[in-house]
Amino acid sequence: MVPDQIEREILIEAPVAKVWAAVTKAEHVGTWFGNAGATVELRPGGDFSCTWRDGENLVTVHGLVEKVDEPHLFSFRWARPPGTRPTVENTTLVEFRLRGEGAATRLKVVESGFRGLPKSDEDKLTQATQNTEGWRRELAKLADYAPTLR
Amino acid sequence: MTLTGDDVSEVLVALADPTRRLLLDELATHGEATATTLAERLPVTRQAIVKHLAVLTHARLVTCRKQGREVRYKVRPEPLGATAAWLTKVAHEWDDRLATIKRIAETT
Repeated sequence: MVPDQIEREILIEAPVAKVWAAVTKAEHVGTWFGNAGATVELRPGGDFSCTWRDGENLVTVHGLVEKVDEPHLFSFRWARPPGTRPTVENTTLVEFRLRGEGAATRLKVVESGFRGLPKSDEDKLTQATQNTEGWRRELAKLADYAPTLR
Repeated sequence: MTLTGDDVSEVLVALADPTRRLLLDELATHGEATATTLAERLPVTRQAIVKHLAVLTHARLVTCRKQGREVRYKVRPEPLGATAAWLTKVAHEWDDRLATIKRIAETT
């Protein structure tokens, strides 16, 4: 059966505090979730917004912080399609869990709530896809000069 | 097939109900059937079955055709595959994001 949530995890060779900063600080969120800046108010109900540059256009995804339990749990809701204000109906929930493993950190992400996504027309979905494509291009560029660490 | 956020949402809503999953299983296993024959085989009233079949038809997981006075229903597997593919795409996006977070945490 098709699940209503997606779970992913990764082992990071850095202490929990550093991973927490990478996940929650606006300057970093603007890299892994947007490519043209982000706003993060690190408290429940705080603003969580990310901007993508897609050619000439700037598109902002709006969200709200749900839970902040430093340094182990951070969650937020974000609205689809881009540009809309977050409500209970048009958002999915993203939950990050951090766990120390020796000197490394296990980072787990769960995104859930796809079942409740809004009625969107094809144009909006196409727009979202294009943003993702633009973002992938940025990531590829970044990967070119960033050292590869395994 | 082309898939919109709308379609994904409808498929997931359709699959969220255990009775509808039971109906899909039944139609997938035993092939085309009418609401009446489904009601004979399953512990669900014909009235409820008709309602659930309407939701499944709306999500395009089931199609129906008239044969004489009967309406016969059968499974349409394509939306399931397309929804699974859409969710796989979302999962890949998270792999990319986690890889970026890893790079940031390990280099700062």
